[in-house]
Amino acid sequence: MGLDVGWAVRWLTLSAQAMAEHRVELIELDRPIGDSDHGENMDRGFKAVMDKLAEAPPETPAAALKLTAMTLMSKVGGAAGPLYGTAFLRAATALGEASDVDAATLAAALQAARDGIVARGKAESGDKTMVDAWTPAIEAAAAAAGDGDGDVRKVLLAAAEAAEAGAVSTDPMLARKGRASYLGERSIGHRDPGAVSSALILRAAAGAAE
Amino acid sequence: MKKLINDPKAVVDESVEGFGLAHADLVTVFPDPKYIVRKDAPVAGKVGLVSGGGSGHEPLHGGYVGMGMLDAAVPGAVFTSPTPDQILPATLAVSSGAGVVHIVKNYTGDVLNFETAAELAQAEGVEIRTVLVNDDVAVQDSLYTAGRRGVGGTVLVEKIAGAAAERGDNLDAVAAIGDRVNQNVRSMGVALSACTVPHAGVPSFELEENEIEIGIGIHGEPGRHRIPMENADGITDRLLDPVVSDLGLASGDQVLLFVNGMGGTPQSELYIVYRRAAQKLAEQGVTVARSLVGNFITSLEMQGCSITVLRLDDEMTTLWDAPVHTPALRWGV
Repeated sequence: MGLDVGWAVRWLTLSAQAMAEHRVELIELDRPIGDSDHGENMDRGFKAVMDKLAEAPPETPAAALKLTAMTLMSKVGGAAGPLYGTAFLRAATALGEASDVDAATLAAALQAARDGIVARGKAESGDKTMVDAWTPAIEAAAAAAGDGDGDVRKVLLAAAEAAEAGAVSTDPMLARKGRASYLGERSIGHRDPGAVSSALILRAAAGAAE
Repeated sequence: MKKLINDPKAVVDESVEGFGLAHADLVTVFPDPKYIVRKDAPVAGKVGLVSGGGSGHEPLHGGYVGMGMLDAAVPGAVFTSPTPDQILPATLAVSSGAGVVHIVKNYTGDVLNFETAAELAQAEGVEIRTVLVNDDVAVQDSLYTAGRRGVGGTVLVEKIAGAAAERGDNLDAVAAIGDRVNQNVRSMGVALSACTVPHAGVPSFELEENEIEIGIGIHGEPGRHRIPMENADGITDRLLDPVVSDLGLASGDQVLLFVNGMGGTPQSELYIVYRRAAQKLAEQGVTVARSLVGNFITSLEMQGCSITVLRLDDEMTTLWDAPVHTPALRWGV
């Protein structure tokens, strides 16, 4: 069984709940190495996504993700808006018209999302950004999709777990992109807020498939 | 947190609304999506100038909308860049067919959002040039960071490029003079205290009572190092010296010296800093031909200042002196 538009809407709903619940935590993570706005912006952005989903219910998973992309791009601001907007847009394109997404397509969509983030933000692995959550996530997703039984839940769980570990892995990194990069050595020891919000979103994707 | 606000979430909305009421003779405020345009925009045949960025740096950018400077300003949430759905209509509103220049401070978010908006505007048939401002010498490893930040030099780019557009320069010429100002301007700032973003409710960073941060950014991003508090002359030297050496100033150069307050420092102290900086430049044979002292690009209520030096040529000086009539800068009219 694949993933339908119901899953996509649950994913976005759980993401919105996660951003609201973790708003303060994301602000606190952003405070020492950024500018204290990440939790606020993500919460505002996903609340707007919820409004849009209610206004115009999407008919395919891709339509839901495209609507999310346009909303985040126009409501979030900062670097996170264009980066997440690009990620959701590329994922939507990769899903195409499918009403039922299989494991291989799902892994490809996650890969496209990561590639979009890299293309927009020009960050590489190890720069202490959301890429450090996304890259292990897509690798784990691809491995899970290749296992053969085609279980989309396994793919999403693998991605979520790897993203969470990836977010933790940013702690000792020296930031080379975004506002944290201005701290140099002083960025070491802090977790990247964008990697944490990415892990929350991927965990929501897995939760939506339960 | 003690602030003159009603609701942390309504700070930008209510502040921009008040700004619009106070300066209704000069600007029109569009509330949603939020942007500020010059009252008589679009001006026929004139290149449009649009800038924007996070709120919290007032009077930047809205205060510089008007004759001889910006045609539109796009305020984001506090310390958060604006979004393409604001930048695009602001760009279209000031487009008279002669093209539009985006003046963008070099921060990851600002660059990404203006880049997206520029693509959309070009798809609508408006030619866009982007002037990226990156004058902050505090950022040393530009290769391994997001690059030098745009700070005090932004005000000078907006004034001088604005004057060029006002006198009728074409799109490429306005962008070129903006780039030339950026290439000849350097800045460095200091924080004596942190600032508190309203929706965060707590200071953006911690400084001990006797500590200062040299090389601070305008969002409270850290600079080069923390040192114990010193007197004004000592701090001025620490800001001015790297600016002068990075700019490669030589005896005989003419400059504009800009001492900017971060929002929580009295004008009297800014003049104490100006005094030392002017004396030091004179000792090096550098002529301070023009000056600007005050709170022009701020960081909420942060205590501290920045020093900006622009190496002038005759054309830049003429454009600096040209008439300007905006809420925050006005002369010659």
